[in-house]
Amino acid sequence: MLCVNNIEVIYNNVILVLKGMSLEVPEGAIVGLLGSNGAGKSTTLKAISGLLGVEDGEVTDGTIEFEGRQIHRLDAADIVRIGIFQVMEGRRVFEHLSVEENLIAGAHTRHSRTLGERSAMRQDIDMVYRYFPRLGERRGQLAGYLSGGEQQMLAIGRALMARPKLMMLDEPSLGLAPLLVREIFAIIQRINREQGTTILLVEQNANLALSVADRAYVMESGRIVLDGDPAELRENPDVREFYLGLTEVGKRKSYREVKHYKRRKRWLS
Amino acid sequence: MDTFVQFTLTGLTNGTILALVAMGFVLIYKASDVINFAQGELLLVGAYLTYAMVVDIGLFWPVGVLATLVVAVVLGILIERFVLRKMIGESIISVIMVTIGLSSVLRALVNSVWGTTGKAFPAFIPSGQVSILGAEVAADRLWATVIAVLMLAGFSLFFRHSKVGIAMRAVADDQQAALSMGISVKRIFAWAWSIAFVSAAIAGALVANIVGVSGELAGFGLRVFPVVILGGLDSIAGAIVGGILIGLLETYTGGYIGHGLNQVLPFVVLIVILMIRPYGLFGQEKIERV
Repeated sequence: MLCVNNIEVIYNNVILVLKGMSLEVPEGAIVGLLGSNGAGKSTTLKAISGLLGVEDGEVTDGTIEFEGRQIHRLDAADIVRIGIFQVMEGRRVFEHLSVEENLIAGAHTRHSRTLGERSAMRQDIDMVYRYFPRLGERRGQLAGYLSGGEQQMLAIGRALMARPKLMMLDEPSLGLAPLLVREIFAIIQRINREQGTTILLVEQNANLALSVADRAYVMESGRIVLDGDPAELRENPDVREFYLGLTEVGKRKSYREVKHYKRRKRWLS
Repeated sequence: MDTFVQFTLTGLTNGTILALVAMGFVLIYKASDVINFAQGELLLVGAYLTYAMVVDIGLFWPVGVLATLVVAVVLGILIERFVLRKMIGESIISVIMVTIGLSSVLRALVNSVWGTTGKAFPAFIPSGQVSILGAEVAADRLWATVIAVLMLAGFSLFFRHSKVGIAMRAVADDQQAALSMGISVKRIFAWAWSIAFVSAAIAGALVANIVGVSGELAGFGLRVFPVVILGGLDSIAGAIVGGILIGLLETYTGGYIGHGLNQVLPFVVLIVILMIRPYGLFGQEKIERV
């Protein structure tokens, strides 16, 4: 469905952030994209959704294909229209709009002229409230006064309103309590199953992402270093050590091994 | 009692028209963070355009006014596209300088096309006297108030409920997030300028209908500054309440005290209110969750 092919992204004409990044998202899947701070995960999403322009970034090489169509020259509004919606990092709800107005803003690219279109919109708002009953209780409230978890729910609900084929979530777990994160991830899985929405999930919480994803990529300094089935990745010694924080218990840690990993990393990249 | 009613009505007329101009100003500020120092000139251009349509071209006045509004929309879009769009991302002071430049250009254009002497406006609003609560009030003022109030109500509904209105407020809140919803920020800026120009043009025609067209009209536009700072730079409700408050205050002090105090008092009240509420009466405080 989505195919990112060897792209290079440069900020301010000098800072090379992505250097030959490739990934593929099959239709109907949940794909996880893991990596540490500054690896280029968010940049990848912004390159896909066309939001690089406002940050003075640019795709200088490679291609991005969505359903067989080149999209890296389209602007952000057209990309939303063809079915890709990015839920930005840090929730970014419209604080001075009510919950319901936020949802209406999410449906901006849809037409609402005819009666049928209007009632479809109404039904979708109700659908969002079914997924997130707490939003329904607070529909008239200003979004700025919601709790962090509710704001994240609103950000996801707002994305649902655009009826995207591909929803890209940028760290939905950021700053939320573990229980709440579980709840939100369960709903993301339900949306994937029930609405058939393909999901590209960026996470730092590797354990969580590997538990819901059908396929996962590990990213480091601007390119993919590992990819595969989540179960396989969990067994990978590098992933265990550096992303899941699991080490052989009782064994002495040696600095040599860390250096070895760094060397491998350099080799891989 | 008669004089009180008289002053109140005059104040309300000035106030609602001020509110209309202030609303356009607030809208541009809210959507694009641009402080538009050319707001007074938009009003001036609007008044002269109406004059041109009705007197120079000789259109029947409803058609003339409608034509003016169409031209105002187009001019609003052009100003955004060719003047302000280039300034996106520039520092606030450069943007302010550009709007000041714009105001000079617009004023010069008006002077070169229509000359600097004032002209009588073709009174299309029925004049005459109406008696309300024992006071004799000019009918054109009354009509101007009614029209301004209707426009304000219309625009408020537009912002509350229409798709574009909600999108405009979304852009005002978080541009990048709005962009990620597929809201075209450039188009929203163009909307903001068009609406600001339309509301200024209507206000211009209403004022000109009462006092005639001349370069002085731009000064009326300058009076939006105490209004918007009083009401809060980013609040449409604040612009309306602020406009009416300033309008009333000016006529009361002018009528009861005189000696030019009406020019000063709005600013005195402004300072007092800002001391109590630094965001203005209705300005948005930054929402902070605790």
